[in-house]
Amino acid sequence: MVVSDRITPEAVAKVAKLARLSLSDAQLDQATHQLSDMLDHFADIDALDLDGVEPMTHPTPIANVMREDIEMDCLDRDEVLAVAPAAEDGRFRVPPIVGLED
Amino acid sequence: MTETISDTNVETWTLRGYEMVVGLEVHVELATRTKLFSASPNRFGDEPNTNIDPVTLGLPGALPVLNRQAVELAMRLGLALNCTVQRSTFARKNYFYPDMPKAYQISQYDEPICIDGWLDLPGSIRVGIERAHLEEDTGKSTHIGGSGGRIHGSDFSLIDFNRAGVPLVEIVSRPDIRTPEQAKAYVSELRAILVAVGASDAKMEEGSMRVDANVSVRLPGADLGTRCEIKNVNSIRSVGRAIDYEAQRQVGMLEAGESIRQETRHWDENDGRTHTLRSKEDADDYRYFQEPDLVVVDPDPEWIERVRAGLPVLPAARRAQLAAATGQPADAEAILVVTDRDQDAYVLTVAEAGGDAARALVHVKEAFAEQGERPAVPAADLARLTRLEVDGKLTATQAKQVLAEIVAAGGGDAEAIAAAKGFEAMDTSELEAMVDAAIDAQPDAWAKFCAGEGKAMGALVGAVMKASKGQADGKAVTALLERRRTA
Amino acid sequence: MSDEFPTSAMDIAWNVRNNVTSAADVLERHLSTIDEREGDIHAFNLVLADEARTRAAEIDEAVSVGRDPGPLAGVPIALKDNMCTRGIPTTCSSKILDGWRPPYDATVVTKLRDAGAVVIGKTNLDEFAMGSSTENSAFGATRNPHDTTRVPGGSSGGSAAAVAAGFAAVSLGSDTGGSIRQPAALCGVVGVKPTYGAVSRYGLVAFASSLDQIGPFAHDVGDAALVLEAISGHDAMDSTSIRQGPLDISRQLMMGVAGLRVGRITDLPEGASPDVAARLEEAFDALRNAGAEIVDVDVPAFGYGLTAYYLIAPAEASSNLARYDGVRFGHRVEAPDTNAMYMATRTDGFGAEVKRRIMLGTYALSAGYYDAYYGRALKVRRRIAADFAAAYEQADVLLTPASPTVAFHLGDKTSDPMSMYLCDTYTIPSNLTGDPGMSVPFGTGDDGLPVGVQVLAPALQEARMFRTAAELERSAPR
Repeated sequence: MVVSDRITPEAVAKVAKLARLSLSDAQLDQATHQLSDMLDHFADIDALDLDGVEPMTHPTPIANVMREDIEMDCLDRDEVLAVAPAAEDGRFRVPPIVGLED
Repeated sequence: MTETISDTNVETWTLRGYEMVVGLEVHVELATRTKLFSASPNRFGDEPNTNIDPVTLGLPGALPVLNRQAVELAMRLGLALNCTVQRSTFARKNYFYPDMPKAYQISQYDEPICIDGWLDLPGSIRVGIERAHLEEDTGKSTHIGGSGGRIHGSDFSLIDFNRAGVPLVEIVSRPDIRTPEQAKAYVSELRAILVAVGASDAKMEEGSMRVDANVSVRLPGADLGTRCEIKNVNSIRSVGRAIDYEAQRQVGMLEAGESIRQETRHWDENDGRTHTLRSKEDADDYRYFQEPDLVVVDPDPEWIERVRAGLPVLPAARRAQLAAATGQPADAEAILVVTDRDQDAYVLTVAEAGGDAARALVHVKEAFAEQGERPAVPAADLARLTRLEVDGKLTATQAKQVLAEIVAAGGGDAEAIAAAKGFEAMDTSELEAMVDAAIDAQPDAWAKFCAGEGKAMGALVGAVMKASKGQADGKAVTALLERRRTA
Repeated sequence: MSDEFPTSAMDIAWNVRNNVTSAADVLERHLSTIDEREGDIHAFNLVLADEARTRAAEIDEAVSVGRDPGPLAGVPIALKDNMCTRGIPTTCSSKILDGWRPPYDATVVTKLRDAGAVVIGKTNLDEFAMGSSTENSAFGATRNPHDTTRVPGGSSGGSAAAVAAGFAAVSLGSDTGGSIRQPAALCGVVGVKPTYGAVSRYGLVAFASSLDQIGPFAHDVGDAALVLEAISGHDAMDSTSIRQGPLDISRQLMMGVAGLRVGRITDLPEGASPDVAARLEEAFDALRNAGAEIVDVDVPAFGYGLTAYYLIAPAEASSNLARYDGVRFGHRVEAPDTNAMYMATRTDGFGAEVKRRIMLGTYALSAGYYDAYYGRALKVRRRIAADFAAAYEQADVLLTPASPTVAFHLGDKTSDPMSMYLCDTYTIPSNLTGDPGMSVPFGTGDDGLPVGVQVLAPALQEARMFRTAAELERSAPR
């Protein structure tokens, strides 16, 4: 495996946290190696001259897809809550909301 | 953006040399029938989790489809705020929170639908509007256990997704606001416009309009200071209080040699202070990128023109019209109150029916608070009453009494009511005779009055009122006494 | 299977609609094939024997009262387990969705039902469609019916194997970077990725939103066309779907390739093994003999597709997979607070490859790195699309290998993610551009394993793509 410094363990730990994934030290190490290796391969696009090239977010150039403001049938709440991990009083139940954006 | 500051009208806010710099971010819920990206009802107060669909819940495989009416309303409010409507795209704002079903919010980032507008505060400054954009609302969490329904110390939370996906427009002002009063006036005027164009009912107490304030302070001429974002401001009054408190807090810190930390703070209505919520440095990296499940929104010029042409006359224009008709300044209290009650059109019809607009304005302000947009009193009836006043046939006091009867009865003939009450206009010679008689009867009071003691006039006026059995016009009596004195 | 018994979708549908064979009989045949071989192959996460029998009975009932059940009457079809089926578990072969029953059907599922098809089961895939071998499934790998020590390809390995093994007449997969075409090549069946937007994505569990498309697997080009016509066309529930009705392909299938300009890409990236390269050459020969004109075209940025894809797809996926948080559905690991619950649920629920791609994608979008990675990749995408557009001025269709090699052994590439990614070299660019592509079996390669040739065409030109594929099918080496 190629060892490179294209991504540091600190950066990997940061993205893992952003993505709400926890990694053991060994996993962090392996992930750093693997992501570094990939990013090494992906460096091929650095050589391209892309000045003036517009980003392409979509294959199709369609615009203005909209729907009319008309109600449609809703889901059956019982069916939905029956497969929810935890529900109470017609609502989804979660543990205390701490450590997150408001 | 040029600011026009009226020298006489703007109150200034300074504290030991510092001025405040305030920008407001206002979120409004749009008055559509369905949600922004799915066809579940946009309705308040229903049983929890009954207005849901795969898109609202962020279920695997669900896809958003944009509500045309939401775009129309966003255009309407943008144009009413003098914005440019432009081609726009949607973006994902990625962060985790239980009431955010997809763990991203679909919003607009690089290319919002409306930009570069402004809002003129009545009789005051112009506040720039940087942008207005569409985004979806989140669900609602209720915290159980713990105290006061706050997160801290709660045992668990329950999530209702009825509100998730409701269309919002976020309106971002430029930091042009300099006093708490201006901030309040901005929110008030913005609300009036939103209601006038039918975009939202904009009720802060119901959450359909939410205000966040960005506050910083600086010495005049200096660079902008570090700003704090204030949240949980739930009424127009709180807007003023919270901004005032926060600016004072910051001045105090700067004077003590401390630096302001950029953060989000929570306004507590009960203790009248702001408290740290979280520091901006800890904030998530939102990793904005263009929403791949939606396409570009590019309203054609015809659509934009249709929306513009369909705008109602806005509050500022209505106030100006009423002001012109009545000779009052556009930010006079009576003008603001009557327009706010949507009774300005009524006053104008009274004028059209031959009445005196200025008198009509006063009467409507004082006596029509309960009347609503279409007062029961026929315009012609009120018109006739005002004519009697300006023709000198009724005093102001008499007119008020006649008006009370007209309002109570839902209409009436002013002349007939006045006659029934025995109100006759006193002609001037009769009045002069009474004034002369009063002077003769009270030489001491007259001497004092001539010597400059204004108080002495009271006795003379009282005598005339008594002699006329209350029919004399107090103002006319005073005027006559003054004439006699200087003659 | 006996020769008298219809096996192609076209034949089955004709027989059932005309009361020659019953849907029930067709179904039982397929169910017994499953009984015989599924143990060795593991194509399915879930076989829907009861539901299928009920449906088949409904079809037969309709026929008996003179109602036409539709163009896919009685056709047993398998669905990749990332398409929502109401009330029926849809797992994406992930622990985090184990047992989840969607409260709604994907649009394609509704269309198949309306066409009279009989859903026979949900097939295995690489977890969340991320992979090229189906070895990333949380429920165990699927094996290639031609050699059960080898992979069927991925991520739609189960759907490809189901058709190859005769478990279903046709099946649906999804293709984000080649996940239909590559397993089709490895399993010796036809696999089609339509034009982006031609088939609704509503109800397809998203991997990479601007790249994903649903498409058919079949034994032959005619069946693939039949299925694609039944499932394609505008859907109001998908803002990115095409603004027209179903694709119209079958009628043009037999038109041949006389006068068609078939492009050979001169600077195609290396990596194709000699056996695959040889089959491709024979394919060009076959088309030339049938009257096509072979032209050389340049697609200079072709080779950068892999990088662009492996920055764009994980970025979109990192966002699409954030909703798996244990709050509303699926797996949850309880914890003292919500944030801890997120961490525990997602760490426990996702497999290694999914986590890898989520981290890569999160990095590519993160502050300070967006411009260098995701942003730059979007520009590369534009460049690739421009190169293809230029090539299509000179050629009507293009021909490339579908997979660089024939099926490899289980375990060959699992320790080196990059080596697995290279499997998608030839299929990725058409996901980036949104143009259609399909793999057609064309002879065998090393160890007698199937080889697939890929036909590429411009957007919405499925008809000319299928015509070319039909010609290749006719002249394929036996």
